[in-house]
Amino acid sequence: MNGLTEIRWSPYIVGCAIGVLSWFTLIISRHTIGCSTSFARSAGMIERLFRGRKVDEKEYYQEFKPVVDWQWMLVIGMIIGAFIAAKTSGDFAFRWIPDTWAAVHGGNIPVRLLAALAGGICLGFGSRWADGCTSGHGISGAMQLAVSSWISVLCFFMGGILAAFFLFHVIA
Amino acid sequence: MNTKTSQMIQGLVFGIIFGFLLQKGGVARFDVIIGQLLLQDFTVLKIMLSAVAVGTIGIHFLKGLGWVQIKPKPGSWSRNAAGGLLFGIGFALLGYCPGTIAAALGNGWLDALAGGLPGILIGSGLLAAVYPKLKTRVFPAGAFGDLTLPRLFKVNDWVVIIPLVIFIGAIFWLLERAGL
Repeated sequence: MNGLTEIRWSPYIVGCAIGVLSWFTLIISRHTIGCSTSFARSAGMIERLFRGRKVDEKEYYQEFKPVVDWQWMLVIGMIIGAFIAAKTSGDFAFRWIPDTWAAVHGGNIPVRLLAALAGGICLGFGSRWADGCTSGHGISGAMQLAVSSWISVLCFFMGGILAAFFLFHVIA
Repeated sequence: MNTKTSQMIQGLVFGIIFGFLLQKGGVARFDVIIGQLLLQDFTVLKIMLSAVAVGTIGIHFLKGLGWVQIKPKPGSWSRNAAGGLLFGIGFALLGYCPGTIAAALGNGWLDALAGGLPGILIGSGLLAAVYPKLKTRVFPAGAFGDLTLPRLFKVNDWVVIIPLVIFIGAIFWLLERAGL
């Protein structure tokens, strides 16, 4: 195992550690790792700032209440954990444009932000449509051998691969 | 300490570990995720399949001991396949997913903060707005409930798990042999 100062660890070690982590979230907290529900809850919390209690009457927010829960805290923890990992290895920096994007689509910040915004909208809409994301379906659901999760994760990557080839090879 | 507070703290601590691991694995980076979608860098697949192999064995063993309960998500073709493909398009445009964007935020990526994060919140809010119609008119199409692979094939859990783990091992062997 490499030290704290290593920027990258072996993906196999990281993956196995995530697998072990998922045993403990289930034993200790009775929860499986997931992320996208927290974004839906947050969207409800933000909407409530503008529209008040009417938001709680929406069917979706009755099923997924706009409150802070275990998974919401998990996502906050992830930001902190990634910050610690980046900081200790000297990889932390404020950056606008990833290299791969810049190489193909240039260094224009508003263009990158617009693409990220559009991508985020598809991702948020799609993850809640599919009832899970790369962690909830792709890792937790897949290990539960759920048919819904295996179909979802195959489609995440099928859609992703097709769209990435279009974005980075076809229109480039 | 009441259970609600301790649940919150547990979530936070597990999140710190998960975020730490994602960043160390390199998946807080757009370049690594897009590299996977362009089939040039297989880091994402290696992390996910390692986690699935170790996780599958562990949680089914724990289930056998009666220590944990497993509740697979119910679904349908219209829900998981259509939603999944839409997710994929967003995945490629943004270059992060809802989990790795949290790690990207911790790593200082401002495209994640100023573009991706508001996007995901808007997209989630939009789905919530149309949810009642989708739930009654779209999601029931091709429904299969909370089916699992062992129940689909009418076999014991381990009859699926053991070949799955061997298959994952074979994929890793092939990737390493190909130098990917």
